[in-house]
Amino acid sequence: MSRISKPEELMKINYRPPKTGWMDTPVEFRRGTWLYAAKPKSLEVLGLPNPREWSPEEEDWKLPENWKEILLQGLKERLERFRSLKLFLDICVRCGACADKCHFFLGSGDPKNMPVLRAELLRSIYRRDFTTTGKILGRLVGARELTVEVVKEWYYYFYQCTECRRCSLYCPFGIDTAEITMLGRELLGLLGCYPDWTVASAANCYRIGNHVGIEPHAFRDMVEFCVDEIENITGIRVEPTFNRKGAEILFIAPSGDVFADPGIYTFMGYLMLFHEIGLDYTLSTYASEGGNFGLFTSHEVMKRLNAKMYAEAKRLGVKWILGGECGHMWRVIHQYMDTMNGPADFLEEPVSPITGTKFENAKSTKMVHICEFTADLIRHGKLNLDPSRNDHLIVTFHDSCNPSRAMGFFEEPRYILRHVCRNFYEMPENTIKENTFCCGSGAGLNADENFEMRMRGGFPRANAVRYVHQKYGVNLLACICAIDRAALPALMDYWVPGVAVAGVHELLGNALVMKGEKERTTTLRGEPLEGKGEREGEMEPGRNDA
Amino acid sequence: MKLPQVLTDRKPEIIARWFHLVVSTYPPDTAKFLLQEKDPFANPVGQALREGLEGLYEGWLKGVSEKELYPYMDRIVRLRAVQDFSPGEAVGFVLLLKEVLRQELEPEIKKGHVSWEDLEYAYSLVDKVQLLAFDVYAKCREELYEARVKEIKNRVQKLWERVNKEKPAK
Repeated sequence: MSRISKPEELMKINYRPPKTGWMDTPVEFRRGTWLYAAKPKSLEVLGLPNPREWSPEEEDWKLPENWKEILLQGLKERLERFRSLKLFLDICVRCGACADKCHFFLGSGDPKNMPVLRAELLRSIYRRDFTTTGKILGRLVGARELTVEVVKEWYYYFYQCTECRRCSLYCPFGIDTAEITMLGRELLGLLGCYPDWTVASAANCYRIGNHVGIEPHAFRDMVEFCVDEIENITGIRVEPTFNRKGAEILFIAPSGDVFADPGIYTFMGYLMLFHEIGLDYTLSTYASEGGNFGLFTSHEVMKRLNAKMYAEAKRLGVKWILGGECGHMWRVIHQYMDTMNGPADFLEEPVSPITGTKFENAKSTKMVHICEFTADLIRHGKLNLDPSRNDHLIVTFHDSCNPSRAMGFFEEPRYILRHVCRNFYEMPENTIKENTFCCGSGAGLNADENFEMRMRGGFPRANAVRYVHQKYGVNLLACICAIDRAALPALMDYWVPGVAVAGVHELLGNALVMKGEKERTTTLRGEPLEGKGEREGEMEPGRNDA
Repeated sequence: MKLPQVLTDRKPEIIARWFHLVVSTYPPDTAKFLLQEKDPFANPVGQALREGLEGLYEGWLKGVSEKELYPYMDRIVRLRAVQDFSPGEAVGFVLLLKEVLRQELEPEIKKGHVSWEDLEYAYSLVDKVQLLAFDVYAKCREELYEARVKEIKNRVQKLWERVNKEKPAK
């Protein structure tokens, strides 16, 4: 009898430990798992170093001659400047509590995505060049030499972290891997190693006002388009104003809500709401972006981009700023804006002109999140809502990392949802609220060239959605983040077809009974309401088609 | 020909061992976690593998159609199709069942309860399932590319609609 060859041999499974430890396993840049390199023009606009044509696929990344010196000097400066960095690099005891909490680790199965190892990528260099034991004992204490391979490794792994901070929740020392990633990216930036998606967006925002690069006249045009659509659906012509001096409130939304599907329906929801309550607000074509891809680039760029909001508020003489459903925008505002661009002493402590509620939590930043604002309106009975208009939707809510974990925002969006729809189900406890799983596309990762990587990172979230989809028939995933709205539809298309994605204010717009409106026959997406027309079968609400 | 009864009697042990082998296709640190964590949402990959392998084995035993096996195969392959595996590695986990079957049946063959032909027959049935894995893999990759194209189109869809819309005469 001939020997039947063992499948493990075919599969090259090795039950023994791998021949190369994590430090010696080089990165393979497979298509679909990394971001394209930044084009020189984007770097030039922002004044960032070493603009040139390069690609991670190539052997030579065209680093400056003295790249090693630049990196080590950069690390030294940041260690002196940021006590948190020094603390995080020193204090980790490798307990492993964070290890299995990262959505990228869970989805990819790659151990270097364990937050503890991700931090080790930087820490091992720190140890070798900045600690005495490291200099003497080297590998024994986990120190290693900084080589070009390490730089490549940093690019691969620091752009596989969405800075969602789920790991920091479980760390007994509260080590914030997001900060390590941010600083890791800054260090790469010193060599001009940025991905195009983040830096081009930041450059657009810097030069034109928003990440998409749409100029003021086109921005205004798109808003007019929303106004036309609202009129078609409700019979009411809302009248947003632009750059109006003396308005009470400046409203800033993420640009994704003005241009892309399905964010645009959320934007329609905002306009309808403001019209209905007679809010004295203005949009701005200068501060036409709530988001801030500078957060994903470097401290300096983040500060420069964010300055627009206060500058415009000052110029227009508004009292305070209302912000739309954007995720990382609120991380910047909540955690950095005050000391970074503030104090906003030319603005007033926000008070809702409709209910009189004082938003004391925004006393310092003078910026209020629209969900807080709307939840407050509903609480005071100021809105006439007909939730039956959303009956065809079976809804679940995705807590977006930045507003929820980073900002502590759990109840307000749910409060709104419970008043605008009647079929709402939560996903499993350990996947929501502070334990929420990231969409896998945050922190500038939502380009299409790393689609495969995003599918990995988003798998834990998608798995939870799949559960409620199968158990309760959930066909809509609501969220309050524009990147989520841009990235989750594709995630659902691959993992859980039949589940659409929408912002909370889209559902509000559907349910809002406006004074003088005609009878609604469709949702904001143009889908017929129950009993009002032909439905094309059960898949209708789940389609993510434009 | 029929599959030996012992393959039904020892179903839980066989599935467990197959699971163990599939998990070993991941790096050792990862494999350890996949085996240990039992919560299905804290360990979604482990859960997907468990559900898929269980469904596949049960269906395979009963000789169900490919259509009925498909959802379980999809549960596993869809995941491996986007992870760090070559196409062969992604679908080859099916072949690992052969190793488990050999381990189960070899002692039985030595005792004379089961013949080598029975093992060969079982292997040929595994081959059929392996071919299904290829089909599912190709479909998943197609869907991946389609989803990517759709996302790119969606980015400008609304702008097109706006550009093409007739504006009322002023």
